[in-house]
Amino acid sequence: MITIEQMTKVYTMGEIEVHALRGVDLTINSGEFIAIMGPSGSGKSTLMNMIGCLDTPTSGRYALDGIEVASLNDNDLSAVRARKLGFVFQQYMLLPRQSALANVEMPMLYRGIETKERARRAQVALELVGMGNRLDHRPNELSGGQQQRVAIARALAGSPSVILADEPTGALDSTTSEEIMHMLQQLNREQNLTIIIVTHESDIAAYADRIVTIRDGVVTTDRKNEVSHV
Amino acid sequence: MSNQPVRRVLEPVSDTGRNGLDYRELIKVSLDSLLANRLRTFLTMLGIIIGVASVVSLMTLGNGASEAITGQFSALGTNVLTIFNSRPNRGPGQSGNIAPLTMSDYKAIERIKLPIVGPVPQFSANATVAAPAADKSAGILGTTADYAKVQSVTMATGSFFTDANVQGASQVVVLGSSLKTYLFGSGEAVGETVRINSLACRVIGVMASKGGGGFGSVDDQALVPITLAHTRLFAARTSDGNLRVTTISLSVIKAEDIEFTQERIQMTLRDLRKLNGDGSEDDFNIINQASFLSSLSTITTLLTTFLAAIAGISLLVGGIGIMNIMLVSVTERTKEIGLRRAVGAQSRDILLQFMIEAVVLSLLGGFIGVVLGSILPIVLTVTGTFNAPVTLNSVVISLSVSLATGLFFGIWPARNAANLNPIQALRHE
Ligand SMILES: Nc1ncnc2c1ncn2[C@@H]1O[C@H](COP(=O)(O)OP(=O)(O)OP(=O)(O)O)[C@@H](O)[C@H]1O
Ligand SMILES: [Mg+2]
Repeated sequence: MITIEQMTKVYTMGEIEVHALRGVDLTINSGEFIAIMGPSGSGKSTLMNMIGCLDTPTSGRYALDGIEVASLNDNDLSAVRARKLGFVFQQYMLLPRQSALANVEMPMLYRGIETKERARRAQVALELVGMGNRLDHRPNELSGGQQQRVAIARALAGSPSVILADEPTGALDSTTSEEIMHMLQQLNREQNLTIIIVTHESDIAAYADRIVTIRDGVVTTDRKNEVSHV
Repeated sequence: MSNQPVRRVLEPVSDTGRNGLDYRELIKVSLDSLLANRLRTFLTMLGIIIGVASVVSLMTLGNGASEAITGQFSALGTNVLTIFNSRPNRGPGQSGNIAPLTMSDYKAIERIKLPIVGPVPQFSANATVAAPAADKSAGILGTTADYAKVQSVTMATGSFFTDANVQGASQVVVLGSSLKTYLFGSGEAVGETVRINSLACRVIGVMASKGGGGFGSVDDQALVPITLAHTRLFAARTSDGNLRVTTISLSVIKAEDIEFTQERIQMTLRDLRKLNGDGSEDDFNIINQASFLSSLSTITTLLTTFLAAIAGISLLVGGIGIMNIMLVSVTERTKEIGLRRAVGAQSRDILLQFMIEAVVLSLLGGFIGVVLGSILPIVLTVTGTFNAPVTLNSVVISLSVSLATGLFFGIWPARNAANLNPIQALRHE
């Protein structure tokens, strides 16, 4: 459960102030599959970073599962990221010389999960994304789509409250993009995962149940997606 | 929408509530990272290996060399005082018009009760030594039986001449090892007769080689009782009827008595030579092997310092190598740091990981460096070429410098990266 009220973010670069968010109100319930859309520079990534506790807002309120994030220090933010959030990046961001299994296990290291349990969960997560037969492959032995599957397994292995994906298909061709989106949709439905994605493309957004549009740092439209793919 | 229990495999985690890594996991993460990036690991270690190896080998060899040099000279007898017939501060050749050193000087020294072995008078001259098979112009050294003790002579075969030989001016000779080989080859010399300036003398002993030595090595000489040299072999009388000697030497029993002994002898000789009345300069020179050694040690210290300086430069170069690779690798790894931070690592976890990596690199590199740097000194020592035991100093110095450099340049940039906002680190190119 995410509650955002009047969130603003101002980047100061020397003399210039960039108002990336100008008062965002947004509530996301658990189990939702949301797509955030909007033109380039509208503040989508900035909002995702705030939700992901990777950065702190300039003003406004943000509560994640009842935790008031704005008041947390750096170590507490790390702990929240480790337990509540899973990230999927446009550029996959896998450790290049480590196996798929090691990559998926990595985040669980930082929250005190035992070695065996880590390996078990990593394996289950990889099976869930259809990579159960590639456990020992390194990123350079995998296609882009396969790498992104490993990245998704990494995000979901620790059972986070929310999975955040900023343009997860931005580096993939359309067929692979559809496979990935279909998989995310299934994970949302079958694992009851809360998923938030950012995308430019309405085809991709169409997989979500709810579509939020941002323009100049404020939410302009917020609607249920009637024609969700099945 | 209901969940299908069969697929709902990833139940919520019941974790320990602990944040960050425990040490076992941290070490594993660090080692995994070092192993996964073998080339980078090797390149970083290379600087450490080269630095440490050169420090260990150069310092050890320098140390061994100075000990070898000092050792050769102390084999000559550290506590030996030698009295020459010359003015101090002048070369031996410039003695000019001064009273020669004689047996009276020797007897005067003998009369003072000093904590010494000796004194022994030495009279040197050249003569032809003829054996049945060969003959050679050689240095003849007339001396007393105590010579063997003062100069720590060891005999290869036979024996040195005795006090009785000296008193009776016996026609006996002790040969230096090289001279013996020249005259007799590998055959037996003891018992044979040689002619010194046509006087028949029986060979009673051959000395073991002293080697090194330098100035007119005793290995090339023939030693006879000084009485024989004075009375039958050479014209040794001075105008006032005394018997000349070339040098007088003695060995002080305890090193701490050297200075005092030297002063007593100086006083005695000045009295005897009536130099005190008119305040003249000494017309003799007492050379102290120990003071010679100390000036020698200045030279060897210079040698060691020089080698240590070269070693220091290689350590510095190695250190710069470590610094470069570490800086470059942290820059490369800023993305990795950003990723780890984004998925929940605290900056402390990152810092500790890099610290362990740096410690492992530095220690392992240092260890390999010590092993490689020890090979040459150990080989030289074992083969007997040169005694250079690896010094603890060189190991401690080089290891601590490499550890310090490795830690500093491993941690400092990592700390900067760990303190970056994860987003900035992730976007780092
Ligand atoms: N670290 C930063 N420092 C300064 N300005 C920033 C920073 N990050 C974002 N901005 C600015 O904030 C605004 C919003 O950027 P943001 O990345 O959120 O846009 P976006 O909607 O994700 O765009 P795109 O679709 O191109 O990814 C932009 O004007 C951008 O220049
Ligand atoms: Mg963006």
